[in-house]
Amino acid sequence: MTPILSVRQVAKRYGQRYGCREVSFDLYPGEVLCIVGESGSGKSTLLSTLAGKLAADEGEVTFRDVNGTEHDLLTLAEADRRRLARTEWGFVTQHARDGLRMNVSAGANVSERLMALGQRHYGELRATAGEWLEKVEISAERLDDRPSQFSGGMQQRLQIARNLVTKPRLVFMDEPTGGLDVSVQARFLDLLRRLVHETGIAVIMVTHDLGVARLLAHRTLVMQQGRVVEAGLTDQILDDPQHPYTQLLVSSILQA
Amino acid sequence: MNIEYNYGFLDENTKRMLRRGLLKAVAIPGYQVPFGSREMPLPYGWGTGGIQVTASIIGSDDTLKVIDQGADDTTNAVNIRRFFGRVAEVATTEKTSEATVIQTRHRIPETALKSGQIMVFQVPEPEPLRTLEASEVETRQLHAHQEYGLMHVKLYEDIARYGHIATSYDYPVMVNGRYLTSPSPIPKFDNPKLHQSPALLLFGAGREKRLYAIPPYTDVESLAFDDHPFDVQTWDSHCALCGSTESYLDEIITDDAGSRMFVCSDTDYCATHQQEAKQ
Ligand SMILES: Nc1ncnc2c1ncn2[C@@H]1O[C@H](COP(=O)(O)OP(=O)(O)O)[C@@H](O)[C@H]1O
Ligand SMILES: [Mg+2]
Ligand SMILES: [Zn+2]
Repeated sequence: MTPILSVRQVAKRYGQRYGCREVSFDLYPGEVLCIVGESGSGKSTLLSTLAGKLAADEGEVTFRDVNGTEHDLLTLAEADRRRLARTEWGFVTQHARDGLRMNVSAGANVSERLMALGQRHYGELRATAGEWLEKVEISAERLDDRPSQFSGGMQQRLQIARNLVTKPRLVFMDEPTGGLDVSVQARFLDLLRRLVHETGIAVIMVTHDLGVARLLAHRTLVMQQGRVVEAGLTDQILDDPQHPYTQLLVSSILQA
Repeated sequence: MNIEYNYGFLDENTKRMLRRGLLKAVAIPGYQVPFGSREMPLPYGWGTGGIQVTASIIGSDDTLKVIDQGADDTTNAVNIRRFFGRVAEVATTEKTSEATVIQTRHRIPETALKSGQIMVFQVPEPEPLRTLEASEVETRQLHAHQEYGLMHVKLYEDIARYGHIATSYDYPVMVNGRYLTSPSPIPKFDNPKLHQSPALLLFGAGREKRLYAIPPYTDVESLAFDDHPFDVQTWDSHCALCGSTESYLDEIITDDAGSRMFVCSDTDYCATHQQEAKQ
């Protein structure tokens, strides 16, 4: 199998300081990769750089699209990057207000990407949006409600629907459970696991919660001060951490 | 006191700057060209963008018509006409067919425009995506990459809320198959007149400092959904004054008892139609 995303020696600087550096890994279709590490370790910087929201300063990122065509994301024209972002990628943010249009209905939120791809039949858009609301466990009766009328957990599920509706192949998520109560988190993670399984999407998810990684991720990268200090199968990393920093992270959740 | 103005009120450098902007606007139909808007002897909202465009293109052999909501006789229209009569020494008219330049707020005349005529539209908000996307940086990107899904979000929302596309004026159009464009706050009734118009259509937004254009014989399509196609306003009644069943009608209250009637918003068209009816 060929990777959907190949990352080699990627670095992003803020002025003289590195936000992340020397990051390399391959991601395969259908795989869930978690990036863990404490606050400020460079997780969000890495994710945004991979998604092309920030311009990398060093390294190579190669994305293989649905036709097998390779795209060098560091030199990709902005128009092509935006097209990939619309068709092949999704991006789920920690704060729903950054990832949703709060002033239009749930139905319009879910339909937006379809309309961006040229779908122009209102009845069909609405039917598809209703199906996707149900898939993320929101009643289709709420199609015309605004996200501001939704709970935090529903808002995050709506973000998922809004992204997955066009069947992207790679979805970036930055702390999607960060703002949720623990009880709500569990349901969200269950849903996510089921959708990932059903749709076969690849996911790169940033989280500072090792429990989330344990539940979802095939593989995990551990970041400290902008670098990946340990990478491997999630179970191995959590059960038998090698790097002292990972050992510290793991022992701190065991104690908690 | 007698103040000397340059011909057309604006100085020659400013007019050249505006004409350069207009040439660019004509070359890229529907594209918003930034320009250095000047202070005009009118507050924003009174058509400073349109007046600057008119001032930059008008010459002494032009005949100017000015309408506001279709009428030649509102204070705003009268003042702008008088202003150009004084600073550009142009002939003025209320007849659409006699005008070479027509400055307008909120309407396109009912009388079909001809090749050689120029319409100048006053525009309060040139950016059709503005209500949905506040960032100018982002809307420029959306235009650059022709990403217009957002505009359909607004139309979707209209249908979800009202059962039909409720946007009835400033109805967004696609110009030349490329740029999403605001037609200015004309009623959607007038949108079909933009398509393949023989006249040159120029748009000036003074406060937002933007010019744009629809050159003669350009395709202009009003956005819609397959199952909610574009349509224009219709009325059950005809004009109470001239009997027209084809013009855009305003409802007016005729007495204190609240009696109402519908009359043409285009005063020149209505008067001409009444004359014809008498003959
Ligand atoms: N826009 C920015 N400008 C300057 N420094 C930044 C910026 N964003 C993040 N940083 C710095 O880069 C480092 C990594 O931040 P970030 O990627 O947000 O970490 P994390 O997501 O792991 O909390 C931190 O030291 C942070 O202060
Ligand atoms: Mg972060
Ligand atoms: Zn009439």
